[in-house]
Amino acid sequence: MFKILERNVLAANIYQMVVEAPRVAAGCLPGQFLIVRVDNEGERIPLTICDYDREKGTVEIVVQSIGAETNQIAKMQTGDCFADIVGPLGNPSDLVKEDLEELKKKKIVFIAGGVGTAPVYPQAKWLKEHGVTADVIIGAKNKDLVILEERFKSVSNLYITTDDGSYGRSGMVTKCLQDLVDEGHQYDLCIAIGPMIMMKFVCKLTKELGIPTVVSMNTIMVDGTGMCGACRLTVGDEVKFACVDGPEFDGHLVDFDQAMNRMKLYATEEGRLRLAQEEGKTHHGGCGVCS
Amino acid sequence: MAIEVDVLKRVPVREQEPKVRATNFEEVCLGYNKEEAEAEATRCLNCNNPQCQKGCPVAIDIPAFIQEVKVGNIEGAYQIISKSSALPAVCGRVCPQESQCEGKCIRGFKGDPVSIGKLERYVADTARQMGIKPNGATEKRNHKVAVIGSGPSGLTAAGDLAKMGYDVTIFEALHEAGGVLVYGIPEFRLPKDAVVKKEIENVKSLGVKIETDVVIGRSVTIDSLMKDEGFDAVFIGSGAGLPRFMHIPGEQAMGVFSANEFLTRSNLMKAFREDSTTPIMHPKKAVIVGGGNVAMDAARTALRLGAEVHVVYRRSEEELPARKEEVEHAKQEGIIFDLLTNPVEILADENGWVKGCRCIRMELGEPDESGRRSPVEVAGSEFDIECDCVIMSLGTSPNPLISSTTEGLEINRRKCIVAEEGNGQTSKKGVFAGGDAVTGAATVILAMGAGRAAAQGIDEYLKSLD
Ligand SMILES: Cc1cc2nc3c(=O)[nH]c(=O)nc-3n(C[C@H](O)[C@H](O)[C@H](O)COP(=O)(O)OP(=O)(O)OC[C@H]3O[C@@H](n4cnc5c(N)ncnc54)[C@H](O)[C@@H]3O)c2cc1C
Ligand SMILES: Cc1cc2nc3c(=O)[nH]c(=O)nc-3n(C[C@H](O)[C@H](O)[C@H](O)COP(=O)(O)OP(=O)(O)OC[C@H]3O[C@@H](n4cnc5c(N)ncnc54)[C@H](O)[C@@H]3O)c2cc1C
Ligand code: SF4
Ligand code: SF4
Ligand code: FES
Repeated sequence: MFKILERNVLAANIYQMVVEAPRVAAGCLPGQFLIVRVDNEGERIPLTICDYDREKGTVEIVVQSIGAETNQIAKMQTGDCFADIVGPLGNPSDLVKEDLEELKKKKIVFIAGGVGTAPVYPQAKWLKEHGVTADVIIGAKNKDLVILEERFKSVSNLYITTDDGSYGRSGMVTKCLQDLVDEGHQYDLCIAIGPMIMMKFVCKLTKELGIPTVVSMNTIMVDGTGMCGACRLTVGDEVKFACVDGPEFDGHLVDFDQAMNRMKLYATEEGRLRLAQEEGKTHHGGCGVCS
Repeated sequence: MAIEVDVLKRVPVREQEPKVRATNFEEVCLGYNKEEAEAEATRCLNCNNPQCQKGCPVAIDIPAFIQEVKVGNIEGAYQIISKSSALPAVCGRVCPQESQCEGKCIRGFKGDPVSIGKLERYVADTARQMGIKPNGATEKRNHKVAVIGSGPSGLTAAGDLAKMGYDVTIFEALHEAGGVLVYGIPEFRLPKDAVVKKEIENVKSLGVKIETDVVIGRSVTIDSLMKDEGFDAVFIGSGAGLPRFMHIPGEQAMGVFSANEFLTRSNLMKAFREDSTTPIMHPKKAVIVGGGNVAMDAARTALRLGAEVHVVYRRSEEELPARKEEVEHAKQEGIIFDLLTNPVEILADENGWVKGCRCIRMELGEPDESGRRSPVEVAGSEFDIECDCVIMSLGTSPNPLISSTTEGLEINRRKCIVAEEGNGQTSKKGVFAGGDAVTGAATVILAMGAGRAAAQGIDEYLKSLD
């Protein structure tokens, strides 16, 4: 059950895996996630579904090793099995529900940061398959951390930006978006997926630019079915559960400061250190945990 | 050595010392041994018109099984109970007996009622140790039935249908079967490996298949189970798992949890154990809001994790909805009850962590529609309880995942699935429902009873198809 059929290292600490999970593959859509457990003692770890093959009954995940459990996942090899995979969970992205003709009229830009790059892929691919080519901005700290470049090139207009300028454009994703707009691009919709801090600043900018923005909230979760309330966040005036009401929300309504604060709940010293090391002083790719 | 019995008093049951058990997660009540059980059984008058049986929602033939206990025939007692209950080791432990079977026992007029629950538990535990199992099907029926949820209602429906010969598969959203019995009710009240797992194995031994990690409404829908996977009937026993919050200021602060989250981390994910990878907060001082069984379980779990615990409840002691035994146990363990008190705000420090709970005093006013006197705020009586953790345990409602993805399934105003009482039939053909999903949060025994009734309903429905 839930056997790993393929495993690749995409960048330092970022792993891509193709896993057998027929029930998930049969019905999943872009925007949804799954929960894995490595073994019978394991924690329940939510991960976005990055691609799927309905015929083969497989799904693809991309994992950044960041703490106890994701380190365990990182050690798993082709042929190993997860004890549990449950999904698809959460709602599919609004895109797949929208009227196709309306969608085709829209100019869409995706903003992907860090491992958030992976969940953008199925959405961009889905749009391409339905006749819409979107712009995609991938942001990474440096050249070595840019992932999935070739696959994105085949489904979108790709812009890459690195914090240190070692590849593509130079600067953070917000600068890249501002530059593109200044260069004359007009967008009707922005979809930002990445660390909360990135989504927060993207939303700040798109609000000024008047671009409606959707974000995907990777809160703390336990069950993923609406049973525990661990994933709750404030959107507008309402309390929402990311696992059943999301994970995608109107970015201009999300209370990011509160959401980032809640991520600290189970922060470990080890995790904080790791994040601080990885993100460096730019704090690009942080989740608020090490602040 | 024979035990001397005072007919007016129960044979006391052995329990872990309050001081000792407050620091461990082992079972509080140790149950009767053979001598104690047989002695207690002699207190039963074997009434001609047993009131106790009328108080039991599944009408166990109580005097009959107690007579078997008296003569030491465990197998006989177990088979009598099994006719009405699929989970006797569970019910004997968690039923609110004081308001059900024992509440009606004739002995209770002049003394203590017979300890029916403890005797039932004794029979179930002993039968398990002796390897006695429920009897399986004698013939096969050519229909597949899907059961959604592996709580008491689902397990009962599945077990009964398997005994009738149907091919039954349970679909469970979590990675482990048992519903509230595994994720909600703590180890110290209901041991998971020794009791719950064994009861589930009994159901499996009848031929029931259990597929975990399947969220109906997400992984697959009821319509597709029936259309594409060949299930002729479906039983929905998905419980009432959606937690309520108070919607007061500060509720998003760190250190505020739903009882479901706190209990799930501890029970299902074993966060109370040192070797668990799932974290749980070890509060220093916790406020539990609510007065039901769930609140007691959250309070006693927090206590065992090292906290000083206050239960804040807006009505008075008399109205506490929790089982009496749980309230007694909680008090013995040192939990403080702040009654006629209600939170109005949660106070957080500059880092967003809970530092206190602002409460207001309440007094009881006129009786409301439930017949209970409704609490009203005493103006200007606000005060703060200093704490680092607040656990909301205000009740739960059914999760809309299933109702919103199943065509033609009627729900009521409270989001509960509408089902006929006698047979569990819903507004959708071939689909039956029972337990908390239909009634809202209730009890194990009611959920079991509903599962049993629905199994009958499903049997009749499937026979009508042949
Ligand atoms: C809907 C959803 C989709 C997700 N998709 C992906 C994905 O596709 N790929 C992926 O690699 N991760 C994804 N995540 C995040 C992933 O679930 C966490 O990184 C993981 O749970 C950490 O577990 P751990 O035991 O390894 O770390 P822990 O030991 O629990 O934590 C280590 C440190 O990381 C911090 N941390 C915990 N959770 C997160 C988080 N969500 N983001 C950032 N820091 C965190 C902790 O506070 C701690 O300091 C997703 C989360 C959600 C809710
Ligand atoms: C902490 C706590 C303490 C309690 N204490 C007592 C007590 O002392 N005495 C007593 O009598 N009662 C008690 N109760 C109440 C009792 O446990 C419930 O009334 C009973 O468990 C209801 O049974 P059920 O089968 O309807 O649902 P549940 O036990 O809730 O089981 C439902 C199952 O369905 C699964 N499920 C839900 N949605 C889906 C889906 N979409 N797809 C697949 N599976 C799904 C859930 O994961 C769960 O496993 C307590 C409840 C709690 C929470
Ligand atoms: S099932 Fe519950 S109510 Fe019925 S006899 Fe047993 S303990 Fe009493
Ligand atoms: S009412 Fe009490 S005394 Fe009478 S049969 Fe029931 S348990 Fe025995
Ligand atoms: S993860 Fe438990 S309610 Fe969302």
